[in-house]
Amino acid sequence: MALLKYESQVRPPLVEGNKDYHQVTEDICRPVEAKPSGLWWIGFLISLALLGFGVISVGREVWFGTGQWNLNKTIGWGWDITNFVWWVGIGHAGTLISAILLLFRQGWRTGVNRAAEAMTIFAVMCAGQFPIFHMGRVWNAFFTLPYPNTRGPLWVNFNSPLLWDVFAISTYFTVSLLFWYSGLLPDLATLRDRAKLKWRKHFYGVAAFGWTGSTKHWQRHESLSLVLAGLSTPLVLSVHTIVSFDFATSVIPGWHTTIFPPYFVAGAIFSGFAMVQTLLLVTRKVLSLEEYITLEHIEVMNKVIVLTGSIVGIAYLTELFMAWYSNVKYEWFAFEQNRVNLASPYGWSYWLMMGCNVISPQIFWFRKMRRNILVTFFMSIIVNIGMWFERFVIIVTSLYRDYLPSSWSPYYTPTIWEVGFYMGTFGLFFTCYFLFSKFFPVIAIAEIKHILKKNGENYKEKMDVVEREGVEEFAHRHTH
Amino acid sequence: MPIKKFVVGNFYDEQVLFPAIKNVRKTGYKIHDVYTPFPIHGLDTAMGLRDTSLHTAGFIYGITGTATAFSFITWVFTSDWPMNIGGKPFFSLPAWIPIMFELTVLFAAVGMVLTFCYLCQLAPFVKKDHFNLRSTDDTFTMAIELNERSNEQEIVSYLQSVGAQDVSVQLKETGWWLGRYDKEQKLYNHQVEVAG
Repeated sequence: MALLKYESQVRPPLVEGNKDYHQVTEDICRPVEAKPSGLWWIGFLISLALLGFGVISVGREVWFGTGQWNLNKTIGWGWDITNFVWWVGIGHAGTLISAILLLFRQGWRTGVNRAAEAMTIFAVMCAGQFPIFHMGRVWNAFFTLPYPNTRGPLWVNFNSPLLWDVFAISTYFTVSLLFWYSGLLPDLATLRDRAKLKWRKHFYGVAAFGWTGSTKHWQRHESLSLVLAGLSTPLVLSVHTIVSFDFATSVIPGWHTTIFPPYFVAGAIFSGFAMVQTLLLVTRKVLSLEEYITLEHIEVMNKVIVLTGSIVGIAYLTELFMAWYSNVKYEWFAFEQNRVNLASPYGWSYWLMMGCNVISPQIFWFRKMRRNILVTFFMSIIVNIGMWFERFVIIVTSLYRDYLPSSWSPYYTPTIWEVGFYMGTFGLFFTCYFLFSKFFPVIAIAEIKHILKKNGENYKEKMDVVEREGVEEFAHRHTH
Repeated sequence: MPIKKFVVGNFYDEQVLFPAIKNVRKTGYKIHDVYTPFPIHGLDTAMGLRDTSLHTAGFIYGITGTATAFSFITWVFTSDWPMNIGGKPFFSLPAWIPIMFELTVLFAAVGMVLTFCYLCQLAPFVKKDHFNLRSTDDTFTMAIELNERSNEQEIVSYLQSVGAQDVSVQLKETGWWLGRYDKEQKLYNHQVEVAG
């Protein structure tokens, strides 16, 4: 029994401090049960204000049409689709942490998975706004669904990558939500059973669905989590693959490339981990959860960032090489003249992207930098800016000069309402995140307890004794 | 569902819980359930529960999703409204793979979660009786069901002897009902099934 629980002593504990099961419950429930701090209110109100700005911007777009944006005849996709791809990409880290790392049995995921999954859901909610409002007549958005209608019935085009997107994003949102909420049930039951106030008992009583913690229910819950993880893993790869098909299946120079699916998926995980870092560095500080989201967690995630950042770097160079090697003059023009050439109108954005995504993350080869909170926070912002510019480069620099020089567009800058829409999704994202961090446990309580005896600082030393005794007993039995 | 009588014991350590379950089962007492704050691997086997077939259900839902997408798109593009797109074949399977995959995942996930909720009687406003509120915090709570022939005192002292703490005898409703957790509710005026 003891031998089976072996965990390398070299590996530092994932839960620091003198914790037992009850202390874990206390620590994680404290922020939920306490009154929100002044800092929380300030953040929440700023988010609400941004959301309000977004509502006004979107309202104008709905009322006056997409003419409120500076899109023109060659740049049909601008900030809106850039933001869409950026937000979807951010969501991917949450699923990677909750699903892929579950399949790989990575114990450290338990400290960060709940918040990362929440981030996924909010990010996908933000992403969905952009293609929906880009349609212009948003009240007809349901036309994208294949329902029996009076126009024939006229069906949607199942061969179109844009329709694949409808299915991919809505499936991704649904499955992420189910995965997240089914994992939340036991923790909501913990909050329900601790509740002293009447409204809390009612609210968490409804939210926990009557969870009891029965062994049979846990058995099914484990099975459900494992299968949902198994489903989410190919799903998350498929979602960004399909997003990349929006570009890759077209014949636009700069888009028409087979490297896009893996390159987009790596980029998505890269930007998503950066956003997880941004959120969790603040969360652990504000909610004093440093013993659960430790420097170990931050370091591991920085390793993922340097790995995926380098994969993205290789992809940039590969597509550049292929553009030249293909000998297609339009392809090479898009890269050489519209991107690499710093003197071209958007050359700066290509080099900004290169600097933020490929060069600067290399700092994380140094252990000292990976474990430095300020550096990590700064880099997480830099990576997010860089990944936004990646999508901007792909979309705008491929579109602004088409085959006919006479139809090249003037320099594209967004209007205040385009910017406002983007700011509004930040408002939506952070409003949701602030509410989540106030009313839900930001760390998966049951999952932390599950790994506590193996990975907790409190038990690691004791396990050592148990193991040594176990080995001696074992030796004793076999020699006599 | 009827109200039944249970002997309830609490454990605080897995290393006490596992031998206790083994002994209780060997002695022949019927374990109603063990409630734990987190999943403990091997507990289901120790209690003699059979493996869940939820994943098999998930597979069937997934296949249903694939079949739905494939048959529907085939019907639309080959029979209901064929469209000539640059002379390409109406039956263009490779272009349908993304949607077939997405519907597989969607059906499997939604179906499994609904089945899970159905099997475990989980839904908003569902209320159940709980043996110990600490069993979602740090306590492993074992409930042994009493029948006409069981000796209450004997089971209580037996549970204490295998390491259970705060052993008590409780009358509990075993089913679920629609209710609120902030209110005390007496739903049934049934006679207790087991004479004490």
